[in-house]
Amino acid sequence: MDLNDYLYSFLIGGAFCVVAQIFIDKSKVTAARILVSYVVIGVLLTAIGVYEPIVEFGRSGATVPLTGFGYALAKGVEKAVGENGLLGALTGGLKATSAGVTASFAFALLWALMFKSKEK
Amino acid sequence: MNKKEYIKYAESRAKKSNCIVNCVKAFLVGGLICCIGQAFKDLYIYLEVEEETAVILEAVTLIFLAGLFTGIGWFDKIAKQAGAGTLVPITGFSNAVTSPAIEAKTEGFITGVASQMFIIAGPVIVYGTVASIIYGVIYFFIT
Repeated sequence: MDLNDYLYSFLIGGAFCVVAQIFIDKSKVTAARILVSYVVIGVLLTAIGVYEPIVEFGRSGATVPLTGFGYALAKGVEKAVGENGLLGALTGGLKATSAGVTASFAFALLWALMFKSKEK
Repeated sequence: MNKKEYIKYAESRAKKSNCIVNCVKAFLVGGLICCIGQAFKDLYIYLEVEEETAVILEAVTLIFLAGLFTGIGWFDKIAKQAGAGTLVPITGFSNAVTSPAIEAKTEGFITGVASQMFIIAGPVIVYGTVASIIYGVIYFFIT
């Protein structure tokens, strides 16, 4: 455990959230659009080689935000293309993110079974 | 000043003062969530899990907790204050899957719960994977 990991996680993770908050406040963009944009931007930044250094510096501050989901998609594709050629472009993304995606749906079903919608 | 003008005036005042406060809250909560993630990652590495697996388990843990918090109603309360602070981390994705699922319980488990899970997650996965395919094809030809 390295305290610097936490400092940088906090700063980078917080910074990603501030950027989104500014967009939400200034342009009233919907949450869905923020989520989609962050994932696609994550893929893009990884593709041009910018995101890898951010991950090395920001640790969980870079992997936990949804740009990190895009990073995982892009890295997965890189690995799969290296192993299987062009087919990897189709398989790599979801292969690398399958645990998170599958867990999201499985847990959501569990929570839907256990909980009722709260009165607004 | 009539009512319409007043609403406009109030909105413009509220927006200015709120944006900075919102950003500070988003920064603190978002940063904290990433630190919690880092703590779980360190815990899994301490338990002799490989680093690559620890990163995946870290995300799964946050997804689990965010869904649970959504179910018991805490997530909305935190998100109301934190804004993008809870939205941008993977917790926001988990909430976007869980919240519509629970809301749709009265519409049944097939066309209600299960289909509503995808209302935001669907677009995220579609555009994320399509972007990754494009990158994969380019990557294939440049390497």
